[in-house]
Amino acid sequence: MAEAPEQIPGERSARGAGTDSSMGRPPLSIAESVGKGRTLRGDAWRRLRKNRLAVAGLVWVAIMVLLAVSADLWVPRYLGDPVDIDTTQAASQSLQPPSWDHLLGTDRMSRDIASRIIYGARASLLVGAVAVGIMLVIGLVMGAVAAYYGGIWDSIIMRAADIFLAFPYVLFAIVLVGVMGGGSPTNVFLAIGLLGWPGIARIFRGSVLAVRENEYVDAARAMGASTPRILFRHIMPNAIAPLVVYATMSIGVAILAEAALSFLGMGVQPPAPSWGGMLSEARGYLFTAPWLMVYPGIGILTTVLAFVLLGDGLRDALDVRKKE
Amino acid sequence: MLAYIARRVVQMIPVFIGITVILFLIRSPAIVPGDPVRMIVGERAISQALYDQVVKENALDKPLYYQYGRYLTRLVQGDLGDSYQLKRPVTHILFEKLPNTLKLALVALLIETVIGLAAGILSAVKKYSFWDMLVTLSTAILVSVPVFWLGMGLQVLFGVKFKQWGLPYLPVYDMTSRDFSTVVHFIMPGFTLASASMAYAARITRSQLLEVMGQDYMRTAAAKGLSRRDVIWKHGMKNAMIPVVTFLGMDLGAMVGGTILTEMVFNWPGVGLEIYNAIQLRDWPIVTGGVIVIVFMVMIINLIVDISYAFLDPRIRYTKAVK
Repeated sequence: MAEAPEQIPGERSARGAGTDSSMGRPPLSIAESVGKGRTLRGDAWRRLRKNRLAVAGLVWVAIMVLLAVSADLWVPRYLGDPVDIDTTQAASQSLQPPSWDHLLGTDRMSRDIASRIIYGARASLLVGAVAVGIMLVIGLVMGAVAAYYGGIWDSIIMRAADIFLAFPYVLFAIVLVGVMGGGSPTNVFLAIGLLGWPGIARIFRGSVLAVRENEYVDAARAMGASTPRILFRHIMPNAIAPLVVYATMSIGVAILAEAALSFLGMGVQPPAPSWGGMLSEARGYLFTAPWLMVYPGIGILTTVLAFVLLGDGLRDALDVRKKE
Repeated sequence: MLAYIARRVVQMIPVFIGITVILFLIRSPAIVPGDPVRMIVGERAISQALYDQVVKENALDKPLYYQYGRYLTRLVQGDLGDSYQLKRPVTHILFEKLPNTLKLALVALLIETVIGLAAGILSAVKKYSFWDMLVTLSTAILVSVPVFWLGMGLQVLFGVKFKQWGLPYLPVYDMTSRDFSTVVHFIMPGFTLASASMAYAARITRSQLLEVMGQDYMRTAAAKGLSRRDVIWKHGMKNAMIPVVTFLGMDLGAMVGGTILTEMVFNWPGVGLEIYNAIQLRDWPIVTGGVIVIVFMVMIINLIVDISYAFLDPRIRYTKAVK
């Protein structure tokens, strides 16, 4: 796709569209991204910037991270504490609809919803990041071992990946957390991380197998580089593009899974704020206080959507399909 | 053909055994906190003799590998053990619920096929138009929306608000009644379960159709004077549909496995809800048995899809044999 000359949007570019995952967007040609000093990363960044949906996703993720990180500095002071209940006026402030005092309304315990949503973002993003981190560590090691040592190791690891992939994701996450004991963040991280590694392992294994045939890997080995050095210094940077895309998408999936677990009462435990937990509380007030249900859901939807759009954009920008 | 089927079945066996190992281990005392005897008999006071008897009956004094062998032998014979709470065979409990889950998944598959394909065709035929953008954005949203939130929203809007406004509304209760087979009960849960899948179906349909539309035979068909509609329907769709149909088949399996959240929100009496309730009660035989039944159903569905696909397209049989 990238080598094609200027493509005319419309009928003629339909041939390339099979590999073009950017639904509804004209593919960018390399001619558009020619600059003075060009690096692979610079090219990718230029292509990403031209993708409006991906930029929107990136901006939204940045806003969420900023809100979550800075929450302690301003949220309790201006919006209200997300957990503590102000007993002096708890009754009068309970279940207030959105107003100037409480932009998104209050919950049953008269806590400010906006404040709880911002702290909920913290929980969601933390789970997303840590779970995907665990997933990456297990997946990279498994994938590298499978590809590099091959033979029996390859068979064992790839069959194990098949077994994990045979489990329905959400169902098994719920069962795993249910068995390990809900309510502990560690168990939520572990369950989501444990279930996600086969995807990473498969992608990394494929990339390693493809990349290690290159001459520069032989050259590095001839110069006496150790196996880990070859893996991380020479193979990894050339195999990273599909992993970046997959990991970005996985953060969205992990956030959805955490929300589901908290909704079922197995994730973040009340009174600590989490989007899924807030939705679970809202279930009791679907008809009397519908705003309880609206905003946490929008929080989940927009954040996951941002990661999906960013992942889609990265796939196009890094031209992952071509390398696969 | 027979050799192909045999090979596919043999491939399934190690995966299935691996699944049973994992499910056996997660309910073993090494992972689950607490005394296994207490889980079986509950909190009531029992004599030491009865305690020993429970230990003996359940082989709890034997090593783990022996317990696993016993578990697997019984599983192969269709015995998933007895429920701790209900003291009934798990298989009886689950097979009462399984038809509800399968029906829901089939309805969701129907909704997914109709809406997903229509949206995919629309956005491919009108590429880069307003409709294409709309489909693109809605598929991205449908993939990102938490299903339980979507289900709750639908309940409030179509179940309650529509009723208040005097419009035709959809039922939100009575899902548990014995004969809830009326079509209207299926609409909202079916749509909720199908939400993410229909987005993927639309995306695959679009990209397949666009790929096919760039082929030479499409140009030939247009050149010999066929209308655009005939070119797309008679030549385009037939070729574009092969991967889409495969995806839909596999997705039926995915939906059977993904009903738990939908069933919970709609109080749908399926296997997923049963598993969820059993987790709350710490009734592990139902939990692990339910997962095994669902995983088994998923594998069987995928096997049938694979076999029928190989039956229709001989290339599959041969290329997989070479591998």
